[in-house]
Amino acid sequence: MLTGLLIILPLVASLLVFLTKGGTARTLAMAAAVAEFALSVFVYFQFKTNPAAANLSLNCTWVESMGIKFAVGIDGISMLLILLTTFLVPLIILSSYQNNYDKPNAFYSLILLMQMALVGVFAANDGFLFYVFWELALIPIYFICLLWGGENRGMITFKFFVYTLFGSLFMLIGLIYLYNHTGSVSGIKSWAINDLYAAGKSLNIDQQSAVFWMIFLAFAIKMPIFPLHTWQPDTYVTAPTQGTMLLSGIMLKMGTFGVIKWLLPVAPLALEKWGGTAILLSSIGIVYASCIAIVQKDYKRLIAYSSIAHVGLISAGILSANQQGVQGAVIQMLSHGVNVVGLFLIADILLRHTGTREIEKLGGIRNMNGQFSVLFLIIMLGSVALPLTNGFIGEFLLINGVYQYSAGVAAFAGLSVILGAVYMLRSYQKIMLGEKPSSGIEFGSLATSDKAVLIIVCIVIIAFGVYPKPLNDLAEPAVKTLLSTLK
Amino acid sequence: MIKLIALVPLFPLIGFLINGFFGKKLSKGLSGGIASVSVLASFIVAVLAFLELEHSTNKSHVVELFSWISADTLNIPFEFLYDPLSAWFLLIITGIGFLIHIYSTGYMHDDAGFSRFFTYLNLFVFFMLLLVMGNNYLIMFVGWEGVGLCSYLLIGFWFKNQAYNDAARKAFVMNRIGDLGFLLGIILIFVSYGSISYGDVFSRAGVSSNAVVTAIALLLFIGAMGKSAQIPLYTWLPDAMAGPTPVSALIHAATMVTAGIYMIVRSNVFYSISEVASETVAIVGVVTAIFAATIGLLQNDIKKILAYSTVSQLGLMFLGLGVGAFSSSVFHVTTHAFFKALLFLGAGSVIHAMGGEQDIRKMGGLKGKIKITYITMLLGTIAISGIPPFSGFFSKDEILAHTYEHSKLLWVLGMIASMLTAFYMFRMLFLTFFGKFRGTHEQEHHLHESPSSMTIPLMVLAALSVLGGALGLPEFWHMPNWMSEHLSPIILHKNPSALDHTTEWTLMGLAVVAAGVVIYFAHAMFITNGVLPLENEEKMKPWQKLIYNKYYVDEFYDAVIRKPLDLISTAFYKFLDLQVIDGLVNGVGSMVKGTGNVVRLLQSGNIGFYIVSMVLGVILILLFTFII
Repeated sequence: MLTGLLIILPLVASLLVFLTKGGTARTLAMAAAVAEFALSVFVYFQFKTNPAAANLSLNCTWVESMGIKFAVGIDGISMLLILLTTFLVPLIILSSYQNNYDKPNAFYSLILLMQMALVGVFAANDGFLFYVFWELALIPIYFICLLWGGENRGMITFKFFVYTLFGSLFMLIGLIYLYNHTGSVSGIKSWAINDLYAAGKSLNIDQQSAVFWMIFLAFAIKMPIFPLHTWQPDTYVTAPTQGTMLLSGIMLKMGTFGVIKWLLPVAPLALEKWGGTAILLSSIGIVYASCIAIVQKDYKRLIAYSSIAHVGLISAGILSANQQGVQGAVIQMLSHGVNVVGLFLIADILLRHTGTREIEKLGGIRNMNGQFSVLFLIIMLGSVALPLTNGFIGEFLLINGVYQYSAGVAAFAGLSVILGAVYMLRSYQKIMLGEKPSSGIEFGSLATSDKAVLIIVCIVIIAFGVYPKPLNDLAEPAVKTLLSTLK
Repeated sequence: MIKLIALVPLFPLIGFLINGFFGKKLSKGLSGGIASVSVLASFIVAVLAFLELEHSTNKSHVVELFSWISADTLNIPFEFLYDPLSAWFLLIITGIGFLIHIYSTGYMHDDAGFSRFFTYLNLFVFFMLLLVMGNNYLIMFVGWEGVGLCSYLLIGFWFKNQAYNDAARKAFVMNRIGDLGFLLGIILIFVSYGSISYGDVFSRAGVSSNAVVTAIALLLFIGAMGKSAQIPLYTWLPDAMAGPTPVSALIHAATMVTAGIYMIVRSNVFYSISEVASETVAIVGVVTAIFAATIGLLQNDIKKILAYSTVSQLGLMFLGLGVGAFSSSVFHVTTHAFFKALLFLGAGSVIHAMGGEQDIRKMGGLKGKIKITYITMLLGTIAISGIPPFSGFFSKDEILAHTYEHSKLLWVLGMIASMLTAFYMFRMLFLTFFGKFRGTHEQEHHLHESPSSMTIPLMVLAALSVLGGALGLPEFWHMPNWMSEHLSPIILHKNPSALDHTTEWTLMGLAVVAAGVVIYFAHAMFITNGVLPLENEEKMKPWQKLIYNKYYVDEFYDAVIRKPLDLISTAFYKFLDLQVIDGLVNGVGSMVKGTGNVVRLLQSGNIGFYIVSMVLGVILILLFTFII
């Protein structure tokens, strides 16, 4: 029931916000997002006291003839991702306080609709429902990018839309294929997650391989994994900052989450056969995207490529299918989500204050705003995974997990430890340090809303870097249970 | 006090937070005072705990703070280990750290970033303490990367100067190369022994195959190469001299760069098992020692000379580790911390007096003008050159004696490195303090001794440099070697000297004579004949040019790593990503569009055609279902 509430609240709020006019839309959206966060924290405490509590899940019939149910529930992994979503959405809305978007009611309404779909994706326990939420999430972000995006947004958004939709269709085929194999014992077909798991396991290796690649394709495009990533940099750069935050902070986690919950358990044999190939692609993407990030001129595009590198490691960790790898992936999904929101806000602040995000045209900001430079530094350190920041916990577990799959791949993927420092420190130096560029830029004090977001992000970076126990307490048993289903 | 050992890192952390949040509002006296007192408080706790440990039979205390990371079988508590090794490093870090804090209140007095400086310095002390206090490899790694961060921040302290920022970034990135090795080493330890806590790992080290132990030892050593500036990862350290001089003394001489030594002493069991790894350590060490010492011969920047000297001395310590003389290396870490901190701080005092000048070609004849600096630096120079009974003599002699036992060739190389050391150090001393003043009139007029906040630490360090040898008197003198006894609980395979007394006396005598001859030669060259460094490269002989340009190693790295990386990255971006991969994607897109244009013609509006297609479709579906 509570989970259902988590989905309905943003939906209702989205409709209400759409009906308002002018500046109230933002305030109302913010209030709804905060309420949703409070609700999710309440759910978290409920879950902590009793993970199996009946009031957490919801299971009603939707289309009886086809075995489709509106089944949602919570386990440790989905709890964490729901918390990530409900935590980030208010931050994302807060980060928009300095931008004056046209038709604010539509803009904020779409953000909340997006939130509803995202929570749905993470909570769904029914294959069909999962697919519905998955596609539903695409619609608001499509409009956000299309209506409020930057230069050339029509073409770029269209490409993004078609590309991801193309992948999703393969997933649908894969899911239908699994659905068709359910009910071999009872004779009743079902979309329930456990029935799909059982159906997947009953398949032979070739059938599993087909399912594996079809479903993986959808997730790989969403994350994105090399070489399916070329829609991402353009889309991230063109989207309005809040769109980019939604895409990178939360939406790409749909892909990694999907692999954990909807791919590993349905095709364990195929994973053994093809996991290595997928890990290799992910790892190539890490080094490849890191290298490309080094030569980027636009800071926002640099962050976009660094995101491909980060998500590559997450994907490799998941596919190595051991406790450290998958748990590290879950932790890193959270850390990356928070940190990348901070980084994209920094890109937005740079643009708003100086009129450019071009690294070469910036410089000397350290001298004009010390506070901003410290906040920027901390977020950057979280991103390069310095110990005692949140980024390190995930990265250490991930490299550990990949190492257990193959020491060589881990060493190769680990190059991101070095390359990440190269592009992050280089860009920080050029943007923040040194003297003011001759073209002359001014950088005044930060707006309160921007400052608040950056400070909150920094607190999270350090708090969970020093004390990640609350996150691990949720992730550890959930991952253990999940991995036990693979055997 | 041992139970409260967590206070030692806590005080500098508090100092960091106070200065970090409120430093700008505090007066300089208060800001520097809080920073210094926080380190002093740590030092006092460290001393009290040390005394307790000395009188206790239990030599290993674990203090758990909280559970840090837990993932099934991987359990990493945040806990401290207080044993003879960490106890000794705590004393060095907080003791020398405190002196350098005091010195900095004078040296940095007129700097606009005064409180920021102490913020970073306190943070550094905190991380350095974590590094040596952790009870498992990951806590060591936390400190390890933490000090790297502080080093980055302090090298680039004057952040308006992009050359300094480049040096800072180079230090961080080069250290990260080592850190990746270290990280993989930690993971291999976990995979092999199911734990990364020291106690578990060392007790299980014997179970794994020699190949695994060798791999672990070499991976850890890659980390040590980065942090302790050994070939091939040493070029960041001379550049790191861009930071304020107290930073060079504390971080880039006395403490942080010795972290690699600490790591290997801590992991001594691996190196005792793996001969390949220990040979590697010895060879890299001795080659670095000689290589860096030769570069030191022709440098003219007073701090760069000391930087290459540090690289060289660290090489000597690794030589000691490689031949199994673990406690001797810790002994040399200690005496080196005394005299090298002294020399750097002395150099800072000279630079201070010269109004920022660092080029020894522009100095000369300073001994009468800045007497305390001169005398203390003279003592430091004698100590590093290995003249008895100064501290450096004993620690170096111990390493060389063990080396002789292990391999005569390595001993010869070690001797050469020490002779070079004596030469470049006295060259520096003579050119700086003797002869005629070669700077401007303005500088000459300005010359003055530094304030007592700077000279008192110099005097304390000078006393330690003179007397520090007492910590490890040679065993064949029938004196107690305190250091080796103190560390014996943590050295798992002991390696007592088997040399007879005649050999030991001979080696010792040879070392002293060699140092004496070199100093005499340096005196003849720079004092009697008044030779001055060449002003420009054109007059140099080819070998001088090669050394003067540091063997062109930076240029080499630039050509084979940095430039190719940029080139590959650009190719990835401009060609592979934008043209090939995205081109394919767009190609598929246009193909679909093209097909659409053709298929569109099928929508003819002819009902009959639609019905036929539908029937055909149904038949196909039925066929399909039956076949599958």
